[in-house]
Amino acid sequence: MEVAATNPSEETNVWGGGNKPLNASYGKMMMWFFIVSDALTFTGFLVAYGFSRFKNIDSWPIADEVFTHFPFLHGIDAPMYYVALMTFILIFSSVTMVMAVDAGHHMNKAKVTFYMLLTIIGGAIFVGSQAWEWKNFIKGEYGALETRGGQILQFVDGDTGKRVALEAFAASIATDRSTHESSNGIWFVGESSLPSYSLDEVKAGFTANENLVIRGEKLNAKGQKIVLSREESLVKINDAVDVVEGANLIHNEYGNRLFADFFFFITGFHGFHVLSGVVINIIIFFNVIRGTYEERGHYEMVEKVGLYWHFVDLVWVFVFTFFYLV
Amino acid sequence: MAHAEQKLAIFRGLLKFKSNVQKIWGVLIFLSIVTTVEVALGIIKPVSLMSMFLGMKILNWIFIILTIVKAYYIAWDFMHIRDEKGSLKGSIVLPLVILIPYLAFILLIEADYIFEVMNTGFVSWNF
Repeated sequence: MEVAATNPSEETNVWGGGNKPLNASYGKMMMWFFIVSDALTFTGFLVAYGFSRFKNIDSWPIADEVFTHFPFLHGIDAPMYYVALMTFILIFSSVTMVMAVDAGHHMNKAKVTFYMLLTIIGGAIFVGSQAWEWKNFIKGEYGALETRGGQILQFVDGDTGKRVALEAFAASIATDRSTHESSNGIWFVGESSLPSYSLDEVKAGFTANENLVIRGEKLNAKGQKIVLSREESLVKINDAVDVVEGANLIHNEYGNRLFADFFFFITGFHGFHVLSGVVINIIIFFNVIRGTYEERGHYEMVEKVGLYWHFVDLVWVFVFTFFYLV
Repeated sequence: MAHAEQKLAIFRGLLKFKSNVQKIWGVLIFLSIVTTVEVALGIIKPVSLMSMFLGMKILNWIFIILTIVKAYYIAWDFMHIRDEKGSLKGSIVLPLVILIPYLAFILLIEADYIFEVMNTGFVSWNF
């Protein structure tokens, strides 16, 4: 009251109190704190992915061969185009978010509303694309065999070098084995559906088709998967114990199981961030329409969710690089 | 909120914009170009960039550097770090810049060591 509060030299002193050393409001500071800690969480995941990859550096799946789908282009090999599109969608929704923040600085309610809506739509398209990407990954494309040690054996046409799907050659052998349901026998033991082809069917089909060879997980010096000769393949196929179609947390037809685990975990965690971002954006969107921030006199809330939204975009840039490009 | 004046130049002042909105579009165009370059390189995979440098292909180094460039512009222009005070800038960026490379470094070195151990045959991965 007396001297300290009125003394100008005291006020310019950063630690004297009464001013903001970082010139940021409480809410914005906390959002930044959260972003920094969340960034470190994602770092942990991505570095763990890098760890597993370096540990299996000579047998890691090749992303270009895994993500080859594009909507409405059935059977056309389109590596990366779809994720590139998703990246553009997310960057664009980031841009509409900055536009909303900028309009908020000018107290332009109509523009904030419009840009928030665009941001929400962009985010929703991204989450949808992510789901579609997951669907393709889980469904799988060619199918493969798995050895006891968890190695994946894929099938290649020896003449053309192209991958061959199980359905193209598997023989048809009548069998008594059917999916065990909990209604038969012991009630608490069940199983998910059996693969479309049994191991014996695949083996018989492989022996009958002279042009088929096996491709293992190992990479050669050029970074391509090593293809075995027909003789080696005939020996190798006896190691197989299981038929694998698609990918889940336990089996993965594309190669190393850890690849699928990290894919589900990291893109899932990121997708969850996008989803919660969309939900938060929707809440703020309705607040904007109701005029909450008009009453409050500033649109700082839009700025704060904007920070979160950009962060999600920022993380995607890294996920994109480490999962699809590198 | 009387907002502090925004810095409207990017590339160290090489490119100056008239308004914040223009700057945002400028940054969008730049990010799009970088992404396009990344995707094009990823599809073409030029043979000349396949040689190894510090344990990784040169192409992969290019991808990582371009990613960091993109991250910089997203943080600086979309998240407005450019307009923040130096102290806030530092307290956000420094922990990440120090901890992330450190963690990546120790874990990747460890992974490489484990790979070597497995590779020299103490454990059979393929049975």
